[in-house]
Amino acid sequence: MIWYLGRKLFIYLLTFFFAVTIDWLIPRLMPGNPVDIMVSRMALRADAAEVVRSYYIQAFQLDLPLWRQYLNFWIALLRGDLGVSIWLFPQPVISVIARAVPYDLLLLLPAILLSWVLGNQVGAMAARVRWLDNTVLPLAYILTATPYMWLALLLAWSLGQVAGLFPISGAYSYNIRPHLSWVFIRDLLWHWTLPFLSLFLVMFGGWAIGMRNMIIYELEADYSRYLSALGAPQRLIRRYAFRNAVLPQITGLALQLGAIVAGAVATEIAFAYPGTGYLILQAVLNQDYFLLQGCFLFIITGVLAANLIIDIVYILVDPRTRLGMVGE
Amino acid sequence: MALRVENLRIYYRTLRGYVHAVEGATFSVGDGEIMGLAGESGCGKTTLGHSLIYLKPPMAYIEGRVFLDGRELPIWDMDRMNEFRFRHISIIPQYAMNALNPTRRIGSLIADLLATRGIDFRQILPELQRRLDLVQLSQEVLKRYPFELSGGMRQRVVMLISTLLNPSLLIADEITSALDVSTQRAVCEMIVEFRNRGFVRSTIFITHDMSILYQIADTILVMYAGQLAEKAPVETIFRSPRHPYTRMLIASLPRVGARQRVERLKGIPGSPPPLLDPPPGCRFRDRCPLAFERCQEPPPFVEVEPGHFVACWREI
Amino acid sequence: MGSRSELLYFAWLNTKVRVGALILALFVILAIVGPLFARHDPNAYVGPPAHPPSSEYWLGTTTFGQDVYSQFVHGLRATFIVGLLGGGIGTLLGVCIGLLAGYRGGMVDEILNMFTNIVLILPTLAVLIIIAAYLTVRGILVESLFIGCTAWPWAARAIRAQTFSLRAREFVDLARMSGRSSWKIMFYEIAPNMLSYLFMTFILQFGGAVLIAATLDFIGLGPTQGISLGLMMNNAVLWAALPLGMWWWLIPPGAAITAIVGALYVMNVGLDEVFNPKLREL
Repeated sequence: MIWYLGRKLFIYLLTFFFAVTIDWLIPRLMPGNPVDIMVSRMALRADAAEVVRSYYIQAFQLDLPLWRQYLNFWIALLRGDLGVSIWLFPQPVISVIARAVPYDLLLLLPAILLSWVLGNQVGAMAARVRWLDNTVLPLAYILTATPYMWLALLLAWSLGQVAGLFPISGAYSYNIRPHLSWVFIRDLLWHWTLPFLSLFLVMFGGWAIGMRNMIIYELEADYSRYLSALGAPQRLIRRYAFRNAVLPQITGLALQLGAIVAGAVATEIAFAYPGTGYLILQAVLNQDYFLLQGCFLFIITGVLAANLIIDIVYILVDPRTRLGMVGE
Repeated sequence: MALRVENLRIYYRTLRGYVHAVEGATFSVGDGEIMGLAGESGCGKTTLGHSLIYLKPPMAYIEGRVFLDGRELPIWDMDRMNEFRFRHISIIPQYAMNALNPTRRIGSLIADLLATRGIDFRQILPELQRRLDLVQLSQEVLKRYPFELSGGMRQRVVMLISTLLNPSLLIADEITSALDVSTQRAVCEMIVEFRNRGFVRSTIFITHDMSILYQIADTILVMYAGQLAEKAPVETIFRSPRHPYTRMLIASLPRVGARQRVERLKGIPGSPPPLLDPPPGCRFRDRCPLAFERCQEPPPFVEVEPGHFVACWREI
Repeated sequence: MGSRSELLYFAWLNTKVRVGALILALFVILAIVGPLFARHDPNAYVGPPAHPPSSEYWLGTTTFGQDVYSQFVHGLRATFIVGLLGGGIGTLLGVCIGLLAGYRGGMVDEILNMFTNIVLILPTLAVLIIIAAYLTVRGILVESLFIGCTAWPWAARAIRAQTFSLRAREFVDLARMSGRSSWKIMFYEIAPNMLSYLFMTFILQFGGAVLIAATLDFIGLGPTQGISLGLMMNNAVLWAALPLGMWWWLIPPGAAITAIVGALYVMNVGLDEVFNPKLREL
C-alpha cells in the first residue's frame, strides 16, 4: 500500500514539476521577446511603452540569466508569491484568486459529488430495469455529448430569460453586499442554481452511462454466474455487482477531473460567475499574464491534490490495493 | 433412483437457428453413484450438466423431464429452481478458480450466501471448520480475500461451498481440466471422500479425460454430438464397450509405456457433424466403420445388459 | 471476425450505427453544401441588427447584423476540420504510443505509462490556455495540433490494452521468429487485427476534439481568424444575446455540436455491438 501511494505521489510531483516548467518555459519559447509582444499589443505611445517595458522586464526577470530566472520562479512559487495582477493592479494575484476560490468550491463540490452519487444509482438501476434503460440511457448520451457552455446557455435562456425564474449572471445581486444573513444566502443560492444545474446534468449523464456498463459487466462475471447457479437471489448478486462496479467509477472520477475543470471554466464564463474560470476569461481579455499564470498553477495544484485524495479513498475501499496486490 | 432424466432436449438459440446440443437424453444416476459424463469437446456434456441446474439463455428448454429424489425439477423455470439449487442440486463450475467475488472475504461470502437461505453462519461454522480440515485448508482461509489464495486453494474453497448443504446431486464440470496431475489426484480423491462421507449423494463428473474416470467413477455415460452413445459400469466401458464410438475411444487411449515407434496412436478419422442442422439418425454414422442403412433412423438408448445401455442398431 | 460483407450487413442493421451515421452524414452534407447557399460572408455586417429568422436571413442576424446562417455553416466546416485533424493526430499519437508500450512491455512500457499518466492528469484546458494565450496568431492547424497532442492518452491506454491481448497470439510469435522487425510487426501484424478498435478509437477522438475545440473557442482562445461554432457562442454571450433573447444565435451552434458528438457516441456503442457479437441482442 505504501508502495502504491508512494508511486502515485511521485507521479504527481513529477507532473507538478513538469507543469510549472511548461508554465515558465512557454512565454520564453514564443517567437520574439514576450515583453515586446505584450507591449506592442497595448499600442501605447513610445515613452509610456518604455516605462511599461522596463516594468515587465523586471517582473519577468528577463535581465537575469536563464537558470536564475527559473530558480527565482520556484522560490517565489513556494512562498506563495504569484506576482501582481495587471488587470486589477496593484492586487497580488494570489489574493485575487483567493477571493474566487470559494465560488469554485461552492459550484464544483456539490456538482461533482451529487452527479457522481446519483449518476451511479440511476446507472445501476438502468442496468436491471428495462424501461428505465430505454429512457435514461439515450438521455444520458445526449447529456454527456452536450458541451457544458451550451447547456449553460440553454438553461440561462429558457429558465432565466424566458421563464424569468433564475438570474443569469453573477454570484449575487448587485444591490446586496456579501454578509452573513438569510437574505444574502438565499440570494446566493438563487444565483447558484443555474450554473450548478448545468454542471450537474452533463456530469450526471456520463456517470450514469459508465455505471450502467460496469454493472452489466459485473453481472456477467464468473462470480455472479456461480452465485446464480447456487440459487442466490438477485438482491445479493446486485449488491456485489454494485460494490465492485463502484471501484472503477472512483478512478474514473480522478481521470475526469481535467474535463470537469474545462466544464467549470466554460460554465462560469457563461454565467459570469466569479470563480477562477471567470478570472481566466478576464485575464485573457486584459492580457493579464500573471493572473493567467496564477490561475493555471492553481488549477494544476487543485487537480493534483484532488487526484491524491481520490487515490487515498480508493485504497481504503479496494481490498486488493490495501493488501499490496494490484497497483496501477 | 436419485436422478432420473427422461427424453431431455436442450437446444441453443442462435441467430441462424437452433443448435441441437442435447438430443433426447434418457438416463438415471443412482444413490451414491459417481457417474462420469465423457465425450469430446462440443459433444454436449457441459450443456447437459448445466441444464439440470442453471438453464439460462441462449440455452433453450425444448422438452423432457427431470426427477430428483422423486420430485420433478422445473429446470425451465429459473425462479422455481432456486428452491432446489445449492440445497438439493449443486455445481462446481469449470471456472471455479474465478468463481469467488474478489472484494469479499471468503467467510463473509459464505455467510451472505447462507443468510439468503435462512441459515445462520454461526450454526454451520463447526461443520465448515471440519470440512476445511478435510480438504487441508487452514481456518485462516475464511478471513482471507480470494486473491490471497492460490488457484488450487480457491478451487478447493469452491468445492467446499458447493457441497456445504449436502446436496443430493453434485455436478462437477471439468474441474480437473486446468490442473497438473498431482492436484488432479487430490481433487479426485476429494470427490470420492465427499461421496463416502455422505456430503454428496450422487455425482455427475463431466470430463473428457477418460483416465480420471477410470479412477473414480462407478459408471460412465459417453456422449457423442448431443446424443447418448453408451452407459455402463466403468469396468465394462473399458473392458467390453459395445458402441463403436466407445470402442474407438478406448482404443485410442495411449497406454503407459507404449512408444510411438512400436504402437502408433490411433485416432478416429473425421470430425463430429455440425449441430445447427444435424443429419437425421445416428450422428456417428459418417465416421462409423459399422454403419448400414438402418442407421438413418436414430437408434434408441436400450438396456442390453443389466446396467448397460447402448444406442446402436448393431448391438440391439 | 466474420467476412467483410457480413460485418457491413450487421453494421447497417444495427439501429444505433444507422441513426448515428445518418445524423452525422446530414451535418457533413450541410457543412459541405451549406456555405454554397450562404449569400453573405460570415463576418460581414450585412443586415439589420438582432433580427430573428426570416426568409432573407434564415437564421436571423447577430447584434451587429451578421448573417447567422452563414456563420453557422462556415462554423460547421471549421468544426469538422478540427475534429478530423485533431482527432486524427490524437489517434495517431495514441496508437503509436499504445502499440509501442503494449508490444514492448518492460521498461519501455513503464516509462511510456508514466508519461501517459502525466499527460492524462494534466488538465488539458489549463495547459492549452497558457499556450494559446501567448500565441498571437492562431490558426485551425495549430488548434488541431494542440488538441491532438493533449487528447492522445485516452487512445494510448485503450490501444495498449488491446495490444497486450493480441501480443500473446501465435501469429505474432510466428512473425517474430521469422525475423520481422518490431515496427513491422506492430503495424503489419497487430494493428490490422484491431482495425475495428482503431476505428472506434478514432470516433471517440473525433468527438472529443470537437468538444474541446468548442470550449477553447468559447473562451476566446480558438483560431484568431474565421468563425467556428464555439466562437459563435462566445460572441453571443459577449454581445448580449441572452438579455436580448436572441435564441437563433445561441441555440443552433450548441445544438449542432450536441447532435454531432451524440451521434458519434451512439455510433460507437453500436459499432461495439457489431464487432463484439456477444453484445448483440438476439
